[in-house]
Amino acid sequence: MTLAVSHFTPESRQDGIIKLAAMAVGGQGGGVLTGWIESVARAQGYAVQATSVAGVAQRTGATIYYVEMAPRGAQAPVFSLAPSAGDVDILIAAEMMEVGRSILRGFVTPDCTTLIGSTHRSLAVSEKMAPGDGIADADEVRAAAEVAARQLVLADFEGVAVRAGSVISASLFGALAGSGALPFPRSAFEDAIRAGGKGVEASLRAFAAGFDVAQAGVEPARPGDQRPPADPAPRGPARLLADWQALQTRLTALPAPVQQMARAGLRKVVDFQDTAYGAVYLDRLERVQAADSAAQGWELSRQGAKYIANAMAYDDIIRVADAKTRPERLARIRAEMGASGVMHLTEFTHPRAEEVVSLLPARLGRWINARPRLLGWIDRRVNKGRRLRTDRLLPFLQLHLLASMKGWRLRSLRHADEAAHLDRWLDIALRHAATDYALGVEVLKARRLIKGYSDTHARGLGKFDRVMDGAARVAGRDDAADWTRRLVTAALQDEEGTALDGALRTIDSFTAKAG
Amino acid sequence: MAERSFKAEVEHLRLGDGQTFTGEGILAITKALLENGVGYVGGYQGAPISHLMDVLADAEDLMSELGVRFEANASEAAAAAMLAASVHYPIRGAVTFKGPVGVNVASDALANLSSSGVTGGALIIVGEDYGEGSSIMQERSHAFAMKSQFWLLDPRPNLPSIVKAVGDGFELSEASNTPVMLMVRIRACHVTGQFETRTNKRPPLTVRDALSNPQRNVARIVLPPMSYAQEHDKIDNRWPAAQAYIREHRLNEVFGPKEAPVGIVCQGGMYNGVIRALQRLGLADLHGNSQVPLYVLNVTYPIVPEEFTEFCAGKGAVLIVEEGQPEFIEQHLSTHILRGGMSVKLHGKDIFPMAGEYTGKVMFDAIDAFLRQTAPEMLPAQILAPNEPAPQIPDLSKTVPVRPPGFCTGCPERPIFAAMKLVQKELGEHQISADIGCHLFASLPPFNIGGATMGYGLGPASNAAFDGGGEKRPISVIGDGGFWHNGLSSSFGNMMFNKSDGVAVVVDNFYSAATGGQDILSSRAKNPTKATNNPISKALKGIGIDWVRQVDRTYDVAHMRDVLREALTTDAPGPRVIVASSECMLNKQRREKPQRAKAIREGRRVEAPRFGVDESVCTGDHACIRLSGCPSLSLKRLDDPLRDDPVAAIDQTCVGCGNCGEVAEAAVLCPSFYEARVVHNPSGFEARVDGWRQRLIGWLSRRRAARRLSFEEVSA
Repeated sequence: MTLAVSHFTPESRQDGIIKLAAMAVGGQGGGVLTGWIESVARAQGYAVQATSVAGVAQRTGATIYYVEMAPRGAQAPVFSLAPSAGDVDILIAAEMMEVGRSILRGFVTPDCTTLIGSTHRSLAVSEKMAPGDGIADADEVRAAAEVAARQLVLADFEGVAVRAGSVISASLFGALAGSGALPFPRSAFEDAIRAGGKGVEASLRAFAAGFDVAQAGVEPARPGDQRPPADPAPRGPARLLADWQALQTRLTALPAPVQQMARAGLRKVVDFQDTAYGAVYLDRLERVQAADSAAQGWELSRQGAKYIANAMAYDDIIRVADAKTRPERLARIRAEMGASGVMHLTEFTHPRAEEVVSLLPARLGRWINARPRLLGWIDRRVNKGRRLRTDRLLPFLQLHLLASMKGWRLRSLRHADEAAHLDRWLDIALRHAATDYALGVEVLKARRLIKGYSDTHARGLGKFDRVMDGAARVAGRDDAADWTRRLVTAALQDEEGTALDGALRTIDSFTAKAG
Repeated sequence: MAERSFKAEVEHLRLGDGQTFTGEGILAITKALLENGVGYVGGYQGAPISHLMDVLADAEDLMSELGVRFEANASEAAAAAMLAASVHYPIRGAVTFKGPVGVNVASDALANLSSSGVTGGALIIVGEDYGEGSSIMQERSHAFAMKSQFWLLDPRPNLPSIVKAVGDGFELSEASNTPVMLMVRIRACHVTGQFETRTNKRPPLTVRDALSNPQRNVARIVLPPMSYAQEHDKIDNRWPAAQAYIREHRLNEVFGPKEAPVGIVCQGGMYNGVIRALQRLGLADLHGNSQVPLYVLNVTYPIVPEEFTEFCAGKGAVLIVEEGQPEFIEQHLSTHILRGGMSVKLHGKDIFPMAGEYTGKVMFDAIDAFLRQTAPEMLPAQILAPNEPAPQIPDLSKTVPVRPPGFCTGCPERPIFAAMKLVQKELGEHQISADIGCHLFASLPPFNIGGATMGYGLGPASNAAFDGGGEKRPISVIGDGGFWHNGLSSSFGNMMFNKSDGVAVVVDNFYSAATGGQDILSSRAKNPTKATNNPISKALKGIGIDWVRQVDRTYDVAHMRDVLREALTTDAPGPRVIVASSECMLNKQRREKPQRAKAIREGRRVEAPRFGVDESVCTGDHACIRLSGCPSLSLKRLDDPLRDDPVAAIDQTCVGCGNCGEVAEAAVLCPSFYEARVVHNPSGFEARVDGWRQRLIGWLSRRRAARRLSFEEVSA
């Protein structure tokens, strides 16, 4: 059978149809944005169709809105109800990982797509719940966007909107107008906002800001990252400043690559206790440095500077009380909450017998800890949630007095335990470093696992011990450092330590074979 | 009151002859019902037709003006049963719910209705929850039409076609004495567009009138011997009548040239996708003028074989575009081809994937493959030429995290599951069954609680095998929506009757929340047309369950944990039920936010709570997040070279529900959280006392700061 086929142009885009998809996180106002787009297109003589997927996805899940438009004619156009990979002209993504998702789903292609994305992050639960750093890599998404999009508009439109006192739908609408991807004048977009009738002024402000940002194209990644860390001179009594100066002199004697970290570390321990404690910090650091060399790039010392400081500034009740009664804290909270007048402030604490006993003199504390019934008796008296209204005088004084126990701290059981633990760890690290420099560095880094309070702290210690044990077992192998690093990474993957167990079993399997 | 108000849009429902309606698909359906003289409407909410119920509820005044009765039915079964009014009376009725789960629930009534047959037009509007964005198992409602012999409309997804289908549905129903199901897919429910309206019509016979003159027709009672006669009536009379009506009124459509080597047969709902694929292949224009003939089934059941035979005449091959599985239409047509000895080659699921949504890409690839296989001469050279190599786009599949739905900011269900996680830490893991509703999000991270979901209101029933108890007790969770839908009888009646040893938690958030915040029997709102404020605990007591614990503030995590522990350890005989009540935060905020803003403006005293995290105290373990998952509780990277892990941070969307503090306290997490409660318009006395306090506190803290080295960049 023959047929005279007169083909239409395969590129149906040439009929003037524009396909626009918006990817958002539930609750970002994707519906409002879609409504504005529809309204501006309709007012400009276009036939428009919009669709969305409602349902549970709108409860904080990833959602997608889709709009098609074409100049209105005698015959109604036939529009599609969903975006198709490789066939989207404009893609608006209201969050950085949604930018990634739109690329992943093939909605962004170099032949046709203008990609308008917001670089801010709204973290997914899976990113937030890891005990370590589970935040996805935005730079990878940025790199992919640069390849995938025909035209790219990338900036923090959430920040733009918040600064304008509005929400992201308005700044993205501005970005859409500013990108020039739709053949409509700016005033038409603004009319659509006015026709919407809700929060018009704020929306127009955010629109204008978004418009300007979009005209600039791509906002560079995290501006100001190159800025050197702030290093203000401390303020305080002259005697203490003189002590600080002496510490500074010792600090400048350290190798240059170590100094920055050591300065931060020194500040932390002095802030935690006093200048004498700072001197102890430098003693420890110098011990590490003596075992280190320029040939190794002073990596051992740098990591030592970091983790010795963290170990020395442990999280005890005194530190918490101190942090919560400082004047700058109250100022910060007031600014954050926008409070100028009365503000109630409630602290949520839950001390247990362990914390109380750990403040006692080391010998007395050990004596009590060895008597479970006595410990239980104390626990029954202190172990409960306590809420302190620190805007009131008496609760404030409670914390204020607790913070004043700083002078006592170095005699406490907690300090004795922490110091012993620290020295043990440092000894092991330095011993390893003597034969396997890289392993020594990794053992220092394992200190990262110890964090938190009560059960969390105990769990961290447990993981740390297991990693140290694993490190001891692989010591002597060429890949010992690599395995230790892997153990630390695994330990930070989940709360229960399942990944760590798996890694340790692998180590078991090959150490057993070797043995 | 529902989450979204359609009060403004409802005014569009008054449009008259020749005016233009602009709006969403569901609103258009409502308008069409009124234009077609519907006598009563009902239904049960659920995506994607939740908003249809909301529109109907908001349009209640307008409907009562027209003498139309509206019911927000207790379940889909109740809604379908309501269509009984059309069995004996010549009144048009319409009900709506989601498919296929709602159809599952309604199937008992639908089967009886179909056997009886109807006198007045009976329309079931089903939002088919299939494909991307769906929240349920992937099945087809189509099978129900086949088993019960009612007719299925699947109109092209644009407003004029959907509106026309409503009228066609009523007519077809009356012409064949058979109920008709109008299926609209997820996106068609929310598609926007325009259509020309007609004036609303009062039903010729209202339900009130019918009550005055009761009627019954013995032939329509489903009892032997009538039920046997009804089966024959379906096949001998109603089916041919329907086919004749469909053919005569051209409910199915044919597009494109009369003569072509091949053709495409598609469900009405697939039409736009087919056209888009043809547009991309250069075989159709923007307006749907196609070079490939199309036979569009706006009625997907019953099939009209004569129409199909005519369409196939002169064609070497046809492609059936039928989404979902099994491929009922294709099987039906295959039988027809075989029996009739036709020579046309049939394609369908041999080219299309058997399972899954027909997305733009699937549609394009399949139609492209079909044409390459059967009529390559139709394809333009550009398409036939090999593609230019596409630039390599970096693979982000390992980078981009999944983003499943979760509890909203401040959700009162979060602390219930935090408490459950804490109890399980003490007593070990338990067998936990879940139900349908927001609380099912607890089965996802960070809570990972509960497994089986057997259906709405069936949470406790799906633990029935474990009712006998053992070393540990089974736990089940059910929402207040599920409780009133089916739970009271199927779950709690079942537990009580069988002396269950189990524990059930009723999550009572004052609304049918997951479907959009509709009122239910136990809602606390005052609703002028519905009976609310009927406590769940009272209903439980009514069926003999004595161990009932009412928790009125779920945010009290420690209390919640203690009650759960008690239920799991008490010697009191089961079943044990905990009713955990706190208002859905989404709805609460929607209700209270404007009131609060107004009060502040008017100078009344208002406390605005919000939580924060002391970043110097937080150590970045994120244990709090593993017991929360709140969108406002996120992470922040610190500008401190000594810190490896990001710390917790609470953003300005926090509603101050209290969960963070309660969890930190109950789980003995850490002292990082604080609650700041800004007091707007305090009394003079309050402000004065606070001033004294702050001066004293400020003096104390500054005095200490002055005696130490201070590293803060900015002085306070």
